Amino acid sequence: MQTPTLFALLLLLVLVAYGTGFSRALAAARSRGGMRNLSSLPSYYGLHTALWCGLPALLLLGAWLAFDDAIIRALVMNGIADKPDTIAGQNLLYAQIQNLAAGHLFGDASPQVQAAAERLSSLQSGSRNLQAALSLILASGLGAFAALRFSPELRAREKVEKVLRGVLITCACAAIFTTVGILLSVLFESLRFFQSVPVTEFLFGLHWSPQMALRADQVGSSGAFGAVPLFTGTLMVSAIAMFVAVPVGLMSAIYLAEYASKRVRAIAKPIIEILAGVPTVVYGFFAALTVAPFIRDLANSVGLQASSESALAAGLVMGIMIIPFISSLSDDVINAVPQSLRDGSLGLGSTRSETVRKVVIPAALPGIVGGVLLAVSRAIGETMIVVMAAGLAANLTANPLESVTTVTVQIVTLLVGDQEFDSPKTLAAFALGLMLFVSTLVLNFIALHVVKKYREQYD
Amino acid sequence: MNTMTLDAAGAEPAKPESVERKAVDTLTKVRETVGQPLCDDAKLRMRNVNVFYGEAQAIHDVSLDIGRNEVVAMIGPSGCGKSTFLRCLNRMNDTIEGCRVEGELSLDDEPIYGPRVDVVPLRARVGMVFQKPNPFPKSIYDNVAYGPKIHGIASRRAELDEIVENSLRRAGLWNEVKDRLDKPGTGLSGGQQQRLCIARAIAVSPEVILMDEPCSALDPIATARIEELIDELRENYTIAIVTHSMQQAARVSQRTAYFHLGHLVEVNDTETVFTNPQHELTEAYITGRFG
Repeated sequence: MQTPTLFALLLLLVLVAYGTGFSRALAAARSRGGMRNLSSLPSYYGLHTALWCGLPALLLLGAWLAFDDAIIRALVMNGIADKPDTIAGQNLLYAQIQNLAAGHLFGDASPQVQAAAERLSSLQSGSRNLQAALSLILASGLGAFAALRFSPELRAREKVEKVLRGVLITCACAAIFTTVGILLSVLFESLRFFQSVPVTEFLFGLHWSPQMALRADQVGSSGAFGAVPLFTGTLMVSAIAMFVAVPVGLMSAIYLAEYASKRVRAIAKPIIEILAGVPTVVYGFFAALTVAPFIRDLANSVGLQASSESALAAGLVMGIMIIPFISSLSDDVINAVPQSLRDGSLGLGSTRSETVRKVVIPAALPGIVGGVLLAVSRAIGETMIVVMAAGLAANLTANPLESVTTVTVQIVTLLVGDQEFDSPKTLAAFALGLMLFVSTLVLNFIALHVVKKYREQYD
Repeated sequence: MNTMTLDAAGAEPAKPESVERKAVDTLTKVRETVGQPLCDDAKLRMRNVNVFYGEAQAIHDVSLDIGRNEVVAMIGPSGCGKSTFLRCLNRMNDTIEGCRVEGELSLDDEPIYGPRVDVVPLRARVGMVFQKPNPFPKSIYDNVAYGPKIHGIASRRAELDEIVENSLRRAGLWNEVKDRLDKPGTGLSGGQQQRLCIARAIAVSPEVILMDEPCSALDPIATARIEELIDELRENYTIAIVTHSMQQAARVSQRTAYFHLGHLVEVNDTETVFTNPQHELTEAYITGRFG
C-alpha cells in the first residue's frame, strides 16, 4: 500500500474515532440530564478517542519510516557471501543492488547481485504491507479500546491537555535543536577549514583571494584567506548605514512621539513602517541602478574618482532600509517615558526641545542604544544590497567611493555555482559565517541586556 | 465620586429626600459663587474662566483671585475640575490635545493666555508640584540644578551650588541628602522625592507655586512635613493647592474654594468654610454627606 493512501485511511479512522467519542459523550449527557454532569465537554471526549486512535499509529509509522531502510539493508547485505571489505565498496555494491531493484540498471549484473536485488524488492514490498497492516490494526484497535473504555467520569479534558502540552514542547524543542544543529554544522565545517588555513592567517591576513589550484601545476592561484578586507568592508558599509539611519530614524521617532498630533502620527507611522516591508532585493537594485551611478557622476563632476559600485551607495541605501527599524524601536521607548517627567520639565519652564534633549532622551537612552545595536547587527548581516551595489573586489580601503566587499557577499560568491565541498575555498564560507554569527550574537546579547536593564528603571 | 450631571438632574423626577439632588437643583438655579472670590491685593486674577476638553466643558464660568503670599486651597469631589483649573494658571493644559481655555487670566495684571504670551517665562514664574513625585532620572543635584541651568540663572558652578543648597534647605531636605547629592533622585523615599520636586520648583525662584494634590501619594509623616513646609513657604510665595483632604485644607490654607461639577460654588476664609459654610453643597461636602 502506498504511504499517501495509508495516511488517508488513518485520517478517516481518526475522524471516525472523534465522531464516536463525541456522540457517546452526547448520549451520556442526555441520559444523565445535561452537559454539566459530564466531567468534560463532548469535543474533549472526541479528541481523547481520536488521539488514542491516531497518535500511536503515527508514532509507529514515523519510527518505521526512519528505520526500515537500515534494517532492510542489513538483511540484504548479510545475505551476500563475498562482500567488499571497504565501506565505500559496500556502498557501491548496495547502490547497484538498489538501482537494479528499482529497474534503473540494465545489462550485466552478477547473479549474486540479481538475487540480492530480488530479495531487496521483496523485502521492501513486504515491509510496506506490514507497516500498513500494523498501523491500521493499531489505530483501529486502540481507537476501539478508547471508545469502549468511555465513561462519563473519564477526565478526558485533563488527558487531552497533557497531550497538547507534549505537542507544544516538541515543537519548541524542534526550533531549538535546529538552531543548535545549524551552529554545530557551521562550527565543524569551520574547524575543517582551519585545518588547512591557520586561524591567525584567517583573522589577521590582509589579502583575500580565495582561489585554490585545481591542478598542482596551475599558475597564480595559491589562495589567500585573510579576512581583514572583508571585515573592514562590512564595518565601513554598516558604519555608513548607521550614519544615515541613526539621526534620521531617531529624529523621526522624536517628531512622531513628541510633536506630531494624533492624526499625523496615525498616518505617518504606518508609512514609515512600509519602508521595512520593501524586499531587500528591491533596495538592492535601487542601490545598484539609481544610487550608485548617481554617486559616481556626482563624484566625477567634482573631480573625484569613484567606481560605479561603491561602499557609499550600498551604505546609503542600507541606511534607508534600517530607518524604520530605528524609528519604530525608539518611538516605543520614547513613548514609554512617563508623561510626569515631561510635565515636570515643562512645569519648570523649559521648552519642548529642551525637555526632549535634557529629560526624555536621557531617560530613553538605554532603550535607544539597544535599538541601535539591534539595527547594527541587522546591517552587518544584510546581503542583497551589498551584493548588488558594493562590488566584489576585496579592497582594503577607507575610501567610501571605492568598491568594497563584505563578509556576506563573499559567502554568497563562494557558494554560488558548482563547488567541491572539501576545498578550503568553500569551507571558508563556513568560517566567515561563524565569525558573522558570533559577532551578531554578541551585539544582540549586549542589545537585549541593555534594553532589559532599561525596562527595570521605572518599575 | 459624584457622577450625577446637571442634565440628568433635569431629566429625572426629583427625589426630595436626596441632599445632593436638592443641592444640584440649587446649583442650576444659582450659578453665582457664594462668598468672597475676589480680593484687593491679587497676585493671580481669573475672570469668567471656561475650559473645554473637546466638546465637554470642564470649568463653567469661574472667577477667583489669589492674593499675594496667600495659600488658597481648592477642594471638591473627584472630577470637579479643580486640577484642570489649577493647570490653567501656568498653562500646563496646553500639553493636552483638544483643551481650550476661555476667559481672562492674569498674573500681576499681565495676561496669562494670549497670542503674544511666552509660556517659558510664565512657567518660570508659576512653578508646579505634581500629584505623583516625578524626579528626573538624574542625580539629586542635577534635579535641582535643572531649572536654573535652563533659564541661565547661574553662570558659575559656585552660584549653582549655592542655589541648589538653598533650595534643598528651604524644602527641608538638605540635611538628609547633603552627603549624596550625586546619587539618583529616584532612589529617595516618596516623601523625600516630593520635597525634592518642591526644591526643584523653588530653585527657579518662582512667584507662585501650584500644588496638585502634593501629598496624596505620601504617608502621614511625610504629609505633615510637606504641610509644615507649605506654611514656611507662604512668607515668600503665593500658593494654590488642590487637595482631597479637608483637614489638610484647613491646616495649610487661608482661603478655601469649593468646586462642584466645574462650578466654583463657594470661596471664603478657610475658617468660615469649615465652621459656617454658606452654601448647602459646601455644607453637604464638608460634613461628608457626599464626595
